[in-house]
Amino acid sequence: MSFSPDELAAIRTSLIVAARAVAFALPLAVAMAWVLARGRFVGRPILDLLVHSPMVLPPVLVGYGLLLVFGVQGPVGGWLLRTLHVRLVFTSTGASLASAVMAFPLMVRSARLSLEGIDPAIETAARSLGAGALDRMATIVLPLAAPGVVSAAIVGFAACLGEFGAVITFAANVPGQTQTLPLAIYSALQAPDGDATAFKLAGVSFALAITALAASEVVARRVSLAR
Amino acid sequence: MRAGLDVAVVKQLGAFSLDAAFSAPAQGVTALFGRSGAGKSATLGAIAGALRPDRGRIALGDRVLFDADRGVDAPMERRAIGWVFQDARLFPHLSVRANLDYGARRARGRDAGVRFDEVLSVLGIEPLLARRPTRLSGGERQRVAIGRALLSQPSLLLMDEPLSALDAPRRAEILPYLARLKTHFALPILYVTHALAEVVRLADQLVVLDEGRVVAQGALADVLARADLPLLAGRADAAATLDGIVAEHLSARGLSRLRIGDIDLYAPRLHQALGEPVRAVVLARDVLLARVRPEAISARNILPGRVAGLASRPDGSVMVRVALDGGPALLAAITADAVQSLSLAYGEPVWAILKSVAVEGAAPGGLLAMFDD
Repeated sequence: MSFSPDELAAIRTSLIVAARAVAFALPLAVAMAWVLARGRFVGRPILDLLVHSPMVLPPVLVGYGLLLVFGVQGPVGGWLLRTLHVRLVFTSTGASLASAVMAFPLMVRSARLSLEGIDPAIETAARSLGAGALDRMATIVLPLAAPGVVSAAIVGFAACLGEFGAVITFAANVPGQTQTLPLAIYSALQAPDGDATAFKLAGVSFALAITALAASEVVARRVSLAR
Repeated sequence: MRAGLDVAVVKQLGAFSLDAAFSAPAQGVTALFGRSGAGKSATLGAIAGALRPDRGRIALGDRVLFDADRGVDAPMERRAIGWVFQDARLFPHLSVRANLDYGARRARGRDAGVRFDEVLSVLGIEPLLARRPTRLSGGERQRVAIGRALLSQPSLLLMDEPLSALDAPRRAEILPYLARLKTHFALPILYVTHALAEVVRLADQLVVLDEGRVVAQGALADVLARADLPLLAGRADAAATLDGIVAEHLSARGLSRLRIGDIDLYAPRLHQALGEPVRAVVLARDVLLARVRPEAISARNILPGRVAGLASRPDGSVMVRVALDGGPALLAAITADAVQSLSLAYGEPVWAILKSVAVEGAAPGGLLAMFDD
């Protein structure tokens, strides 16, 4: 089986977009999971709802919302363009942002399960031994939550690989730049002789997703054995 | 360098109000004793920095940890207080060695004179170093937790009912390690418990807490021998402790002679060497009183003294405090009828007849077996 340059570009774009999205979103997702798991403040249910909203909203609506906020006319997008000369719309960075927003709730949920499993009493013990907040986070909380954080990364990566609606709305479908695997499959299906390409790329998509799923299973099993 | 603990805290927790003031000397074990709900945990939390008092002051020597008036409230991680919990709370992802190192690495240059090797040998945890906490027994876990707290070079060691989560055999296994702590490490220990047996075995000073108030504090023998404290005197295991040394072994008679102040006390043959410090425990229900010295009696210990206090007990009996001539005080639990017929009153001379004297090491199980609650 051989791939055309365009097909290879779609695979590469997908991997880069997803990797960047996870690298950017994972720390934020873990922090958000921590806030939602341990935070005691008035607006917590509302924040919880907001974080989870991409799971239930139509992806195209999320993409449209991103256009409004991060578009060149939008409040954040305009500011980015003027001060940092960064444009997100119709770029692969924008594709990363769109898929990261869509995958964010999945990552938060996965990390949060692990964080909620940590006994606060263990942290008190670390604190009494002289560990400050950051120290405890680095030496107690994150190591104990490691399985959840790893599975958050894997689940997030897989979700980013598959994101369609938000990406095509916000970043468009530019081959070699923002055309990820699902977008390439969609384009191939629109073309009169694209069936073979669509079938090949679907196979790649399938293989990547199954590999990610298997990886997260392996991680979960290894952790449960170590306990 | 060594500094004692001064505590005065006020805290309202729902319907419960804590208003406790006491101090603990720079050396030795101070027991904070009281039944469940007496405010022991809240007091401990305030000292450790887990619970912020409404008012008051907490200081270790001249180092102020909390002072409501001056707005001082040192965070827990800066208090340099080793905290041993009921459940060991070891870090499950770290080996025993890494658990021990955790506090040591964060000692911030403090030195309480706690050496790693000494901790290993005193607590007997050398063989456990490479293991994971999940592979330890309950008693082993608690010993590692004590070692971990000690190695953080604390200015004070807080022990929060460290034996309460263990079954009786494990408790008996750990107690000797605890008893060795105060002789090996020169730091103040605040030991919280509701078990009188542990107090009797380990403490030098005793603070009695009841319904959020300190109802008594002082040297262990003095507080235990108070007949007027319902919390102590009302118990079936009310007892007096007598600290002394092994003076003589009378092997032919199967006895050892203990010297306590100016008093000789005979106990079943001990294995301790001559001159070693020992603590004898005499239960109030094991003490008889007589107005004249009894003759031809099986009891080995018949001591003269004077009545120093009488208090009625909830069950109708009377707790009599007897100040022995030239020595400490004993408690005797007798019937109200006996008090009348002997016309016992404050200052009257009496003979105390000790039916039994318990000394750790004299019998299997020792003091703990004697009053295992």
